[in-house]
Amino acid sequence: MSEVNITKTIDARGSYCPGPLMELVKAIKRGQIGDVYELLSSDNGSAKDVPEWVNKMGHELVYCREDGDFWRIAVKKTK
Amino acid sequence: MTRRIIIVGGGVAGTMVANRLAKSMENEVYNGELEIVLIGDTGKHIYQPGFLFMAFNEGFLEQFAREEKYLLHPKVNFVMDAARHIDVDRKRVITGKQSFDYDFLVIATGSYPDMESVPGLAAGGHTFYTPEGAERLRYEMLNFQGGTLLVTIDVPHKCPVAPLEFIFMADDYYREAGIRNKVQLKYTYPIGRVHSLEPVAKWAVKEFEKRGIEYETFFNLEKVDPEKRIAYNMDGSEHPYDLLIAIPAHRGARVIQDSGLGDEDGFIPTDRYSLKMEGQDCVYVIGDATDLPVSKAGSTAHYEADVVVRNLISELKGLPATHRYNGKAFCFIETGLNEATYITFNYKQPPQPVPPSEMLHWFKLSYNEMYWLSARGIL
Repeated sequence: MSEVNITKTIDARGSYCPGPLMELVKAIKRGQIGDVYELLSSDNGSAKDVPEWVNKMGHELVYCREDGDFWRIAVKKTK
Repeated sequence: MTRRIIIVGGGVAGTMVANRLAKSMENEVYNGELEIVLIGDTGKHIYQPGFLFMAFNEGFLEQFAREEKYLLHPKVNFVMDAARHIDVDRKRVITGKQSFDYDFLVIATGSYPDMESVPGLAAGGHTFYTPEGAERLRYEMLNFQGGTLLVTIDVPHKCPVAPLEFIFMADDYYREAGIRNKVQLKYTYPIGRVHSLEPVAKWAVKEFEKRGIEYETFFNLEKVDPEKRIAYNMDGSEHPYDLLIAIPAHRGARVIQDSGLGDEDGFIPTDRYSLKMEGQDCVYVIGDATDLPVSKAGSTAHYEADVVVRNLISELKGLPATHRYNGKAFCFIETGLNEATYITFNYKQPPQPVPPSEMLHWFKLSYNEMYWLSARGIL
Protein backbone atom coordinates (compact mmCIF):
# COMPACT_ATOMS: atom_id res chain seq x y z
CA MET A 1 0.00 0.00 0.00
CA SER A 2 1.50 3.35 -0.97
CA GLU A 3 1.96 5.86 1.83
CA VAL A 4 -0.42 8.81 1.88
CA ASN A 5 1.15 12.23 2.09
CA ILE A 6 -0.95 14.13 4.65
CA THR A 7 -0.99 17.91 4.20
CA LYS A 8 -2.50 18.58 7.62
CA THR A 9 -4.06 16.59 10.46
CA ILE A 10 -7.12 18.15 12.08
CA ASP A 11 -7.74 16.98 15.63
CA ALA A 12 -11.49 17.45 16.11
CA ARG A 13 -11.86 14.90 18.91
CA GLY A 14 -14.34 16.13 21.51
CA SER A 15 -15.89 18.61 19.10
CA TYR A 16 -19.69 18.82 19.01
CA CYS A 17 -20.23 22.33 17.77
CA PRO A 18 -19.16 23.19 15.10
CA GLY A 19 -18.21 19.50 14.88
CA PRO A 20 -15.57 17.44 13.07
CA LEU A 21 -17.05 17.64 9.57
CA MET A 22 -17.29 21.43 9.78
CA GLU A 23 -13.60 21.53 10.73
CA LEU A 24 -12.83 19.47 7.64
CA VAL A 25 -15.01 21.64 5.38
CA LYS A 26 -13.07 24.68 6.61
CA ALA A 27 -9.74 23.08 5.70
CA ILE A 28 -10.89 21.87 2.28
CA LYS A 29 -12.28 25.27 1.34
CA ARG A 30 -8.98 26.95 2.22
CA GLY A 31 -6.73 24.24 0.78
CA GLN A 32 -5.14 23.63 -2.61
CA ILE A 33 -6.15 20.98 -5.13
CA GLY A 34 -4.30 17.78 -4.28
CA ASP A 35 -4.04 18.52 -0.53
CA VAL A 36 -4.92 15.62 1.76
CA TYR A 37 -6.51 16.36 5.14
CA GLU A 38 -6.66 13.79 7.89
CA LEU A 39 -9.52 14.28 10.34
CA LEU A 40 -9.44 12.77 13.84
CA SER A 41 -12.95 12.41 15.24
CA SER A 42 -14.35 10.79 18.37
CA ASP A 43 -17.87 11.08 16.92
CA ASN A 44 -19.04 7.80 15.34
CA GLY A 45 -21.35 9.85 13.10
CA SER A 46 -18.24 11.14 11.26
CA ALA A 47 -17.71 7.69 9.67
CA LYS A 48 -20.98 8.27 7.80
CA ASP A 49 -21.18 12.09 7.59
CA VAL A 50 -17.73 12.69 6.13
CA PRO A 51 -17.85 10.17 3.23
CA GLU A 52 -21.35 11.42 2.40
CA TRP A 53 -20.17 15.05 2.21
CA VAL A 54 -17.04 14.13 0.26
CA ASN A 55 -19.09 12.18 -2.27
CA LYS A 56 -21.69 14.94 -2.64
CA MET A 57 -19.08 17.69 -3.10
CA GLY A 58 -16.95 15.64 -5.50
CA HIS A 59 -13.77 15.23 -3.45
CA GLU A 60 -11.97 11.93 -2.77
CA LEU A 61 -12.08 9.77 0.33
CA VAL A 62 -8.58 8.36 0.88
CA TYR A 63 -9.40 6.25 3.94
CA CYS A 64 -11.83 6.01 6.83
CA ARG A 65 -10.74 3.72 9.66
CA GLU A 66 -11.11 3.23 13.37
CA ASP A 67 -8.03 3.82 15.53
CA GLY A 68 -8.83 2.81 19.10
CA ASP A 69 -11.64 5.03 20.38
CA PHE A 70 -11.65 7.49 17.48
CA TRP A 71 -11.77 7.66 13.68
CA ARG A 72 -9.05 8.63 11.21
CA ILE A 73 -10.52 9.90 7.97
CA ALA A 74 -8.40 11.27 5.12
CA VAL A 75 -9.83 13.35 2.28
CA LYS A 76 -8.16 14.65 -0.87
CA LYS A 77 -9.27 17.98 -2.34
CA THR A 78 -9.86 17.32 -6.03
CA LYS A 79 -11.28 20.58 -7.35
CA MET B 1 9.67 44.16 41.14
CA THR B 2 6.43 44.69 39.25
CA ARG B 3 5.28 41.84 37.08
CA ARG B 4 3.22 42.72 34.05
CA ILE B 5 0.39 40.84 32.43
CA ILE B 6 -0.66 42.07 29.03
CA ILE B 7 -4.05 41.24 27.60
CA VAL B 8 -4.47 42.00 23.91
CA GLY B 9 -8.12 42.48 22.96
CA GLY B 10 -10.95 44.25 24.79
CA GLY B 11 -13.84 41.99 23.85
CA VAL B 12 -15.66 39.50 26.08
CA ALA B 13 -12.61 37.36 26.78
CA GLY B 14 -10.03 40.09 27.35
CA THR B 15 -12.28 42.26 29.51
CA MET B 16 -13.37 39.34 31.71
CA VAL B 17 -9.81 38.17 32.26
CA ALA B 18 -8.62 41.69 33.13
CA ASN B 19 -11.42 42.33 35.62
CA ARG B 20 -11.39 38.92 37.29
CA LEU B 21 -7.65 38.99 37.65
CA ALA B 22 -7.67 42.51 39.11
CA LYS B 23 -10.39 41.54 41.61
CA SER B 24 -8.68 38.30 42.58
CA MET B 25 -5.27 39.90 43.07
CA GLU B 26 -6.34 43.26 44.42
CA ASN B 27 -3.54 43.45 47.04
CA GLU B 28 -0.81 42.80 44.48
CA VAL B 29 -2.37 45.24 42.02
CA TYR B 30 -2.70 48.03 44.61
CA ASN B 31 0.76 47.58 46.14
CA GLY B 32 2.42 47.65 42.72
CA GLU B 33 3.58 44.03 42.54
CA LEU B 34 1.33 43.34 39.57
CA GLU B 35 0.39 45.49 36.60
CA ILE B 36 -2.47 44.48 34.33
CA VAL B 37 -2.45 46.13 30.91
CA LEU B 38 -5.31 45.71 28.47
CA ILE B 39 -4.59 46.77 24.90
CA GLY B 40 -7.68 47.38 22.77
CA ASP B 41 -8.14 49.18 19.48
CA THR B 42 -11.49 50.75 20.35
CA GLY B 43 -12.96 52.51 23.35
CA LYS B 44 -16.35 50.89 22.75
CA HIS B 45 -17.24 47.47 24.09
CA ILE B 46 -20.04 45.94 22.04
CA TYR B 47 -22.31 43.08 23.08
CA GLN B 48 -22.37 41.26 19.74
CA PRO B 49 -25.55 39.17 20.22
CA GLY B 50 -27.35 42.51 19.93
CA PHE B 51 -26.66 42.58 16.18
CA LEU B 52 -29.33 39.94 15.61
CA PHE B 53 -31.92 42.11 17.31
CA MET B 54 -30.78 45.20 15.41
CA ALA B 55 -31.41 43.43 12.08
CA PHE B 56 -35.07 43.00 13.05
CA ASN B 57 -35.40 46.57 14.27
CA GLU B 58 -35.63 45.30 17.86
CA GLY B 59 -32.84 47.53 19.12
CA PHE B 60 -30.09 50.00 18.28
CA LEU B 61 -26.34 49.80 18.67
CA GLU B 62 -26.26 52.30 21.57
CA GLN B 63 -28.12 49.91 23.85
CA PHE B 64 -25.61 47.11 23.17
CA ALA B 65 -22.47 49.26 23.62
CA ARG B 66 -20.61 50.65 26.64
CA GLU B 67 -17.40 52.60 27.17
CA GLU B 68 -14.65 50.03 27.81
CA LYS B 69 -12.91 52.30 30.34
CA TYR B 70 -16.03 52.28 32.56
CA LEU B 71 -16.30 48.48 32.43
CA LEU B 72 -12.75 47.91 33.57
CA HIS B 73 -11.49 47.65 37.16
CA PRO B 74 -9.88 51.01 38.05
CA LYS B 75 -6.45 49.42 38.39
CA VAL B 76 -6.46 47.90 34.90
CA ASN B 77 -4.28 50.03 32.68
CA PHE B 78 -6.34 50.42 29.49
CA VAL B 79 -4.27 51.29 26.43
CA MET B 80 -6.48 52.32 23.56
CA ASP B 81 -4.19 51.60 20.66
CA ALA B 82 -4.08 48.80 18.10
CA ALA B 83 -1.51 46.07 18.75
CA ARG B 84 0.67 45.94 15.61
CA HIS B 85 3.05 43.15 16.48
CA ILE B 86 3.30 40.43 19.09
CA ASP B 87 6.82 39.12 19.59
CA VAL B 88 6.59 35.97 21.72
CA ASP B 89 10.36 35.38 21.57
CA ARG B 90 11.17 38.76 23.09
CA LYS B 91 7.97 38.74 25.20
CA ARG B 92 6.89 42.08 23.83
CA VAL B 93 3.78 43.68 22.33
CA ILE B 94 4.19 46.66 20.02
CA THR B 95 1.32 49.07 19.40
CA GLY B 96 1.14 52.07 17.07
CA LYS B 97 2.71 54.31 19.73
CA GLN B 98 4.35 52.14 22.40
CA SER B 99 6.12 48.92 23.21
CA PHE B 100 5.29 46.73 26.25
CA ASP B 101 7.30 43.88 27.71
CA TYR B 102 5.34 41.21 29.57
CA ASP B 103 5.75 38.38 32.03
CA PHE B 104 2.53 36.74 30.89
CA LEU B 105 0.47 37.44 27.78
CA VAL B 106 -3.20 36.72 27.15
CA ILE B 107 -4.21 36.87 23.49
CA ALA B 108 -7.91 37.67 23.14
CA THR B 109 -7.94 39.23 19.70
CA GLY B 110 -11.15 37.53 18.50
CA SER B 111 -12.21 36.93 14.92
CA TYR B 112 -13.97 38.86 12.19
CA PRO B 113 -16.43 37.84 9.46
CA ASP B 114 -14.69 38.08 6.09
CA MET B 115 -17.15 39.13 3.38
CA GLU B 116 -14.22 38.99 0.92
CA SER B 117 -13.84 35.23 1.52
CA VAL B 118 -16.11 34.40 -1.44
CA PRO B 119 -15.99 36.24 -4.81
CA GLY B 120 -18.96 38.56 -5.25
CA LEU B 121 -20.23 38.16 -1.69
CA ALA B 122 -19.34 41.64 -0.43
CA ALA B 123 -21.20 43.23 -3.34
CA GLY B 124 -24.13 40.81 -3.47
CA GLY B 125 -24.77 39.86 0.14
CA HIS B 126 -25.62 41.20 3.58
CA THR B 127 -24.59 40.05 7.02
CA PHE B 128 -25.80 40.73 10.55
CA TYR B 129 -22.45 39.72 12.09
CA THR B 130 -21.08 43.28 12.22
CA PRO B 131 -22.69 46.49 13.56
CA GLU B 132 -22.52 48.15 10.13
CA GLY B 133 -23.89 45.01 8.47
CA ALA B 134 -26.77 44.73 10.94
CA GLU B 135 -27.67 48.39 10.36
CA ARG B 136 -27.72 47.94 6.58
CA LEU B 137 -29.68 44.72 6.89
CA ARG B 138 -32.26 46.37 9.16
CA TYR B 139 -33.04 48.75 6.29
CA GLU B 140 -33.30 45.86 3.78
CA MET B 141 -35.49 43.76 6.07
CA LEU B 142 -37.85 46.66 6.74
CA ASN B 143 -38.22 47.42 3.04
CA PHE B 144 -38.35 43.86 1.71
CA GLN B 145 -41.69 43.42 0.00
CA GLY B 146 -41.32 39.78 -1.07
CA GLY B 147 -39.16 37.29 -2.96
CA THR B 148 -36.48 34.80 -1.95
CA LEU B 149 -34.51 35.45 1.20
CA LEU B 150 -31.50 33.12 1.07
CA VAL B 151 -29.26 32.38 4.07
CA THR B 152 -25.79 30.93 3.44
CA ILE B 153 -23.33 29.75 6.06
CA ASP B 154 -19.58 29.29 5.84
CA VAL B 155 -16.99 27.97 8.30
CA PRO B 156 -15.64 28.90 10.71
CA HIS B 157 -18.17 31.34 12.13
CA LYS B 158 -19.11 32.78 15.50
CA CYS B 159 -22.19 31.76 17.42
CA PRO B 160 -23.24 28.67 15.42
CA VAL B 161 -26.90 28.94 16.44
CA ALA B 162 -27.36 32.56 15.31
CA PRO B 163 -28.19 31.62 11.67
CA LEU B 164 -31.05 29.42 12.92
CA GLU B 165 -32.24 32.18 15.21
CA PHE B 166 -32.17 34.55 12.28
CA ILE B 167 -34.36 32.40 10.03
CA PHE B 168 -36.91 31.72 12.79
CA MET B 169 -37.07 35.39 13.67
CA ALA B 170 -37.46 36.26 9.97
CA ASP B 171 -40.41 33.85 9.80
CA ASP B 172 -42.09 35.57 12.77
CA TYR B 173 -41.16 39.00 11.47
CA TYR B 174 -42.80 38.60 8.05
CA ARG B 175 -45.83 36.85 9.55
CA GLU B 176 -46.36 39.85 11.81
CA ALA B 177 -45.85 42.15 8.82
CA GLY B 178 -48.59 40.21 6.98
CA ILE B 179 -46.41 39.37 3.94
CA ARG B 180 -45.12 35.92 4.84
CA ASN B 181 -46.99 34.48 1.82
CA LYS B 182 -44.84 36.68 -0.44
CA VAL B 183 -41.53 35.79 1.23
CA GLN B 184 -39.76 32.53 0.41
CA LEU B 185 -37.38 31.78 3.28
CA LYS B 186 -34.52 29.49 2.30
CA TYR B 187 -31.91 28.29 4.77
CA THR B 188 -28.78 26.43 3.67
CA TYR B 189 -26.05 24.55 5.55
CA PRO B 190 -22.62 23.19 4.46
CA ILE B 191 -23.08 19.56 5.60
CA GLY B 192 -25.77 16.87 5.32
CA ARG B 193 -28.06 18.28 8.03
CA VAL B 194 -29.26 21.77 8.94
CA HIS B 195 -26.98 22.19 11.96
CA SER B 196 -23.75 20.52 13.01
CA LEU B 197 -25.38 19.37 16.27
CA GLU B 198 -27.65 16.46 15.42
CA PRO B 199 -30.27 17.07 18.16
CA VAL B 200 -30.46 20.74 17.15
CA ALA B 201 -30.75 19.75 13.46
CA LYS B 202 -33.60 17.33 14.19
CA TRP B 203 -35.49 19.91 16.18
CA ALA B 204 -34.86 22.65 13.57
CA VAL B 205 -36.10 20.53 10.64
CA LYS B 206 -39.41 19.93 12.42
CA GLU B 207 -39.72 23.68 12.95
CA PHE B 208 -38.84 24.38 9.30
CA GLU B 209 -41.54 22.02 8.09
CA LYS B 210 -44.10 23.43 10.51
CA ARG B 211 -43.34 27.01 9.44
CA GLY B 212 -42.86 26.44 5.70
CA ILE B 213 -39.16 27.38 5.72
CA GLU B 214 -37.27 25.75 2.84
CA TYR B 215 -33.86 24.27 3.51
CA GLU B 216 -31.00 22.85 1.54
CA THR B 217 -28.10 20.84 2.94
CA PHE B 218 -24.63 20.30 1.40
CA PHE B 219 -24.55 23.96 0.46
CA ASN B 220 -21.03 25.44 0.32
CA LEU B 221 -21.03 28.90 -1.19
CA GLU B 222 -18.32 29.30 -3.83
CA LYS B 223 -19.23 32.54 -5.57
CA VAL B 224 -21.97 35.12 -5.93
CA ASP B 225 -23.09 36.99 -9.03
CA PRO B 226 -24.38 40.29 -7.61
CA GLU B 227 -25.81 41.42 -10.98
CA LYS B 228 -27.83 38.30 -11.70
CA ARG B 229 -28.44 37.69 -7.98
CA ILE B 230 -27.34 34.08 -8.08
CA ALA B 231 -25.44 32.17 -5.39
CA TYR B 232 -23.31 29.22 -6.60
CA ASN B 233 -22.78 26.06 -4.58
CA MET B 234 -19.54 24.02 -4.58
CA ASP B 235 -21.41 21.27 -6.48
CA GLY B 236 -22.09 23.74 -9.33
CA SER B 237 -25.82 24.33 -8.64
CA GLU B 238 -27.26 27.85 -9.00
CA HIS B 239 -29.49 29.47 -6.38
CA PRO B 240 -31.30 32.69 -7.33
CA TYR B 241 -32.09 35.14 -4.53
CA ASP B 242 -33.63 38.54 -3.92
CA LEU B 243 -32.01 39.12 -0.53
CA LEU B 244 -28.83 37.21 0.36
CA ILE B 245 -27.84 37.02 4.00
CA ALA B 246 -24.46 35.40 4.53
CA ILE B 247 -22.62 34.19 7.57
CA PRO B 248 -19.17 34.30 5.96
CA ALA B 249 -16.01 32.47 6.98
CA HIS B 250 -14.31 34.18 9.89
CA ARG B 251 -10.63 34.99 10.16
CA GLY B 252 -8.32 35.69 13.09
CA ALA B 253 -7.20 39.25 13.80
CA ARG B 254 -4.76 40.97 11.48
CA VAL B 255 -2.13 41.32 14.23
CA ILE B 256 -2.04 37.54 14.63
CA GLN B 257 -1.51 37.06 10.92
CA ASP B 258 1.09 39.86 10.77
CA SER B 259 2.97 38.42 13.75
CA GLY B 260 3.08 34.95 12.19
CA LEU B 261 1.37 33.36 15.19
CA GLY B 262 -1.67 31.79 13.54
CA ASP B 263 -2.65 29.15 11.00
CA GLU B 264 -3.72 30.01 7.45
CA ASP B 265 -6.91 31.64 8.81
CA GLY B 266 -5.13 33.52 11.58
CA PHE B 267 -6.20 31.25 14.47
CA ILE B 268 -3.59 30.36 17.06
CA PRO B 269 -2.60 26.74 17.81
CA THR B 270 -3.73 26.31 21.41
CA ASP B 271 -3.69 23.47 23.95
CA ARG B 272 -7.33 22.48 24.38
CA TYR B 273 -7.03 21.98 28.16
CA SER B 274 -4.44 24.46 29.45
CA LEU B 275 -5.36 27.15 26.86
CA LYS B 276 -1.68 27.97 26.44
CA MET B 277 -0.36 28.75 23.00
CA GLU B 278 1.41 25.66 21.65
CA GLY B 279 5.11 25.86 22.50
CA GLN B 280 4.75 29.02 24.62
CA ASP B 281 4.69 28.70 28.39
CA CYS B 282 3.89 32.35 29.13
CA VAL B 283 1.16 32.89 26.54
CA TYR B 284 -2.53 32.04 26.98
CA VAL B 285 -5.02 32.21 24.12
CA ILE B 286 -8.72 32.68 24.75
CA GLY B 287 -12.04 33.14 22.93
CA ASP B 288 -12.32 33.22 19.16
CA ALA B 289 -8.55 33.63 18.73
CA THR B 290 -7.86 29.92 19.41
CA ASP B 291 -7.82 27.19 16.78
CA LEU B 292 -9.81 24.87 19.08
CA PRO B 293 -12.70 22.85 17.61
CA VAL B 294 -15.19 24.52 19.97
CA SER B 295 -17.90 27.11 19.31
CA LYS B 296 -16.68 30.62 18.69
CA ALA B 297 -19.09 32.14 21.21
CA GLY B 298 -19.19 34.50 24.16
CA SER B 299 -20.00 31.68 26.56
CA THR B 300 -16.92 29.75 25.43
CA ALA B 301 -14.80 32.83 26.14
CA HIS B 302 -16.54 33.20 29.52
CA TYR B 303 -15.76 29.64 30.66
CA GLU B 304 -12.25 29.84 29.24
CA ALA B 305 -11.68 33.08 31.18
CA ASP B 306 -12.32 31.19 34.45
CA VAL B 307 -9.56 28.74 33.60
CA VAL B 308 -7.05 31.30 32.35
CA VAL B 309 -7.50 33.55 35.39
CA ARG B 310 -7.12 30.69 37.86
CA ASN B 311 -4.02 29.43 36.07
CA LEU B 312 -2.50 32.91 35.94
CA ILE B 313 -3.07 33.34 39.67
CA SER B 314 -1.41 29.98 40.33
CA GLU B 315 1.58 30.85 38.19
CA LEU B 316 1.97 34.31 39.73
CA LYS B 317 2.03 32.61 43.12
CA GLY B 318 4.70 30.18 41.94
CA LEU B 319 2.33 27.21 41.58
CA PRO B 320 1.80 25.04 38.51
CA ALA B 321 -1.08 25.87 36.15
CA THR B 322 -3.31 22.87 36.80
CA HIS B 323 -6.78 24.14 35.92
CA ARG B 324 -8.18 22.64 32.72
CA TYR B 325 -10.82 23.84 30.29
CA ASN B 326 -13.36 21.07 29.62
CA GLY B 327 -14.80 22.50 26.40
CA LYS B 328 -17.90 23.92 28.08
CA ALA B 329 -20.25 26.18 26.13
CA PHE B 330 -23.79 27.41 26.79
CA CYS B 331 -25.98 28.96 24.10
CA PHE B 332 -29.44 30.42 24.19
CA ILE B 333 -31.38 29.83 20.96
CA GLU B 334 -34.11 32.30 20.06
CA THR B 335 -36.75 30.17 18.32
CA GLY B 336 -38.80 33.15 17.19
CA LEU B 337 -39.63 36.62 18.43
CA ASN B 338 -41.31 35.29 21.61
CA GLU B 339 -39.76 31.93 22.55
CA ALA B 340 -36.30 30.51 23.18
CA THR B 341 -34.45 27.34 24.18
CA TYR B 342 -30.82 26.61 25.14
CA ILE B 343 -28.07 24.03 24.79
CA THR B 344 -25.02 23.29 26.89
CA PHE B 345 -22.20 20.86 26.16
CA ASN B 346 -18.49 20.17 26.64
CA TYR B 347 -15.75 17.95 25.15
CA LYS B 348 -17.46 14.84 26.53
CA GLN B 349 -21.16 15.67 26.81
CA PRO B 350 -23.21 16.34 23.67
CA PRO B 351 -26.05 18.89 23.90
CA GLN B 352 -29.77 18.23 24.16
CA PRO B 353 -32.13 21.16 23.46
CA VAL B 354 -35.02 21.61 25.89
CA PRO B 355 -38.54 22.55 24.67
CA PRO B 356 -38.70 26.26 23.78
CA SER B 357 -40.57 28.54 26.17
CA GLU B 358 -41.48 32.18 26.60
CA MET B 359 -39.67 32.21 29.94
CA LEU B 360 -36.35 31.27 28.31
CA HIS B 361 -36.88 34.06 25.78
CA TRP B 362 -37.27 36.55 28.64
CA PHE B 363 -34.22 35.09 30.35
CA LYS B 364 -32.24 35.68 27.16
CA LEU B 365 -33.49 39.26 26.97
CA SER B 366 -32.53 39.69 30.63
CA TYR B 367 -29.08 38.29 29.95
CA ASN B 368 -28.63 40.95 27.27
CA GLU B 369 -28.54 43.37 30.23
CA MET B 370 -26.86 41.04 32.74
CA TYR B 371 -23.98 40.58 30.30
CA TRP B 372 -22.44 43.80 31.61
CA LEU B 373 -22.05 42.18 35.02
CA SER B 374 -20.22 39.27 33.38
CA ALA B 375 -17.91 41.65 31.51
CA ARG B 376 -17.15 43.39 34.81
CA GLY B 377 -16.18 40.03 36.29
CA ILE B 378 -19.09 39.99 38.75
CA LEU B 379 -21.42 37.32 37.30
